[in-house]
Amino acid sequence: MNAPAYNFAYLDEQTKRMIRRAILKAIAIPGYQVPFASREMPMPYGWGTGGVQVTAAILGPDDVLKVIDQGSDDTTNAISIRKFFGKTAGVATTTSTTDATVIQTRHRIPEAPLHAGQVLVYQVPIPEPLRFLEPRETETRRMHALGEYGLMHVKLYEDIARFGHIATSYAYPVKVNARYVMDPSPTPKFDNPKMDNCPALQLFGAGREKRIYAIPPHTDVVSLDFEDHPFTRYRFDAPCALCGAGDSYLDEIVTDDKGGRMFVCSDTDYCEQRQQAGHRGSESAAPHKERAHV
Amino acid sequence: MYVAVKGGERAIENAHRLLAHERRGDRDIPELSLAQISEQLSLGVDRVMTEGSLYDRELAALAIKQARGDLIEAIFLVRAFRATLPRFGATEPVDTGAMQVRRRISSTFKDIPGGQVLGPTFDYTHRLLDPQLADGAAPDAPATGEASTGATPRVTDILGRDGLIEPSPPAEADVPVGDLTREPLSFPADRDLRLQNLARADEGFLLALGYSSQRGYGRNHPFAGEIRFGEVEVEFMAEDAGFAVPLGSVALTECQMVNQFKGSATQAPCFTRGYGLAFGQSERKTMSMALVDRTLRARELGEEVIAPAQDEEFVMSHSDNVQATGFVEHLKLPHYVDFQSELGLLRKLRKEFAVANEAPPMQEAAE
Repeated sequence: MNAPAYNFAYLDEQTKRMIRRAILKAIAIPGYQVPFASREMPMPYGWGTGGVQVTAAILGPDDVLKVIDQGSDDTTNAISIRKFFGKTAGVATTTSTTDATVIQTRHRIPEAPLHAGQVLVYQVPIPEPLRFLEPRETETRRMHALGEYGLMHVKLYEDIARFGHIATSYAYPVKVNARYVMDPSPTPKFDNPKMDNCPALQLFGAGREKRIYAIPPHTDVVSLDFEDHPFTRYRFDAPCALCGAGDSYLDEIVTDDKGGRMFVCSDTDYCEQRQQAGHRGSESAAPHKERAHV
Repeated sequence: MYVAVKGGERAIENAHRLLAHERRGDRDIPELSLAQISEQLSLGVDRVMTEGSLYDRELAALAIKQARGDLIEAIFLVRAFRATLPRFGATEPVDTGAMQVRRRISSTFKDIPGGQVLGPTFDYTHRLLDPQLADGAAPDAPATGEASTGATPRVTDILGRDGLIEPSPPAEADVPVGDLTREPLSFPADRDLRLQNLARADEGFLLALGYSSQRGYGRNHPFAGEIRFGEVEVEFMAEDAGFAVPLGSVALTECQMVNQFKGSATQAPCFTRGYGLAFGQSERKTMSMALVDRTLRARELGEEVIAPAQDEEFVMSHSDNVQATGFVEHLKLPHYVDFQSELGLLRKLRKEFAVANEAPPMQEAAE
């Protein structure tokens, strides 16, 4: 039998070179979707194969890797991907945003500010921001080439006409470097401003759709809006029940079937760091504080 | 009290342990061997090799065993392994005309040089469940006869001699064969890439598309010119040696559909081709593939593109079952964050709606 033997970080060096070339091109043309010959990875398409391939291509033995899904290091898919690289690359892993050199993420940008030298790798399901307006790739590539984004503005305008708001709450389209309209992956629009002028390199990998794109450090990233309907962030108006943070994106936890719910930081590392620093919320299991009634 | 969404690592490990246990089933029942799968579930193995794009019966059998008989999961396992293999180059085009034929039929001519060879087929069997098979009755030994030494030329070549069918495009030695697993696909795609996509495509998806074309959605009047199944030699051009070196043989099924074409101002009317090729004995797959290959040639042949089966971007973007299953099943992954965003927006819209409509007493209270 042809017993499998795998390279450092799983992918063979030829494939890594191919992906690195795509990444370099993506960095050179911010926001442009570079086609690449995505491989079958040992996890399913749609579960982060694009992000995993980008991470595998840029990872070196000295890197420190953090993987989050929904902002959390402890969700099953984040654990699965972290273990994959722990096993195939033997790199150090961390849950700390500050300590990581490479952060692979699904659906969130960490709350703690990123710094120069870090790389944020996004998992992207549908890289094409115009896809739901125009299903054809041949058409959308032409629209990007011509900078023909009227359709997107009409869609946003129609939202306002129907709902009084832009009814896009995640995967909210942005314009990168005043040229390409880009899908930020399904992050909540709360995270959009963090992409703007970010000192870290942001790489986006879409495995199934075979696209890589990038935002180089310190690039202008503007959320699409109108003068009279400026872009706004959404955040549930409550402090985190565990750490009391008033500035973090919150997960809603349903606590019973009688309408009981609580709100906690979606970024688990941010929440834990704050709790360690002594911050407390209404539901903290803190020793110095009366435990909330069950 | 809130229980943190944690402990995923232990949960995953335990889930995988349980999966391995369930895969094995009742441990009092003897375990399946790879040889049993390869020999007795051979058409499943053929499908996994075809859609997995890797000719290795043993690995395909292992994949089926590991996947608990879920063929798409098995195809996925084979694909993931294949993706890590180095690529040395492309073989010489295989000569299916020189195939050691185990089955070969034509529905366009009553008799053909080399004859109609039924071979092992479900065709004409009565689909009655066989209780004797349940008891493990040994089948009769197959009837044997002298092997024919006569050539079995392809039916399409016979038609081609009189110019009744368009010629097969000749192999171009200087033009590298496209490979969508190594180069990203772009549209419009050439026929080599379309055929590669169709060869890897989900059998059920192609079956439905081919069927839709027969029912009028992109109709092109097909005849099964020939279906043949057997062994062909594979040769690889060794640059150092300067000649083609035989690598071994593979079992293939080939289907050549013969389709109508009315001709044009510059071209005399002639039949056109639809082509299907797959590993092992995969007749449904190759026939469906040949139908869809032909419908996808609509643009090339100046036919109006009106049906899904004629739309190459639609077909090629959705034919891969590993991609499709991944994306459909990724909905199982957590989406708390986006859902929270949507929830926030929806609550806001409902609140505004309630204010605007100044909630009459009967209306459901806003949250």
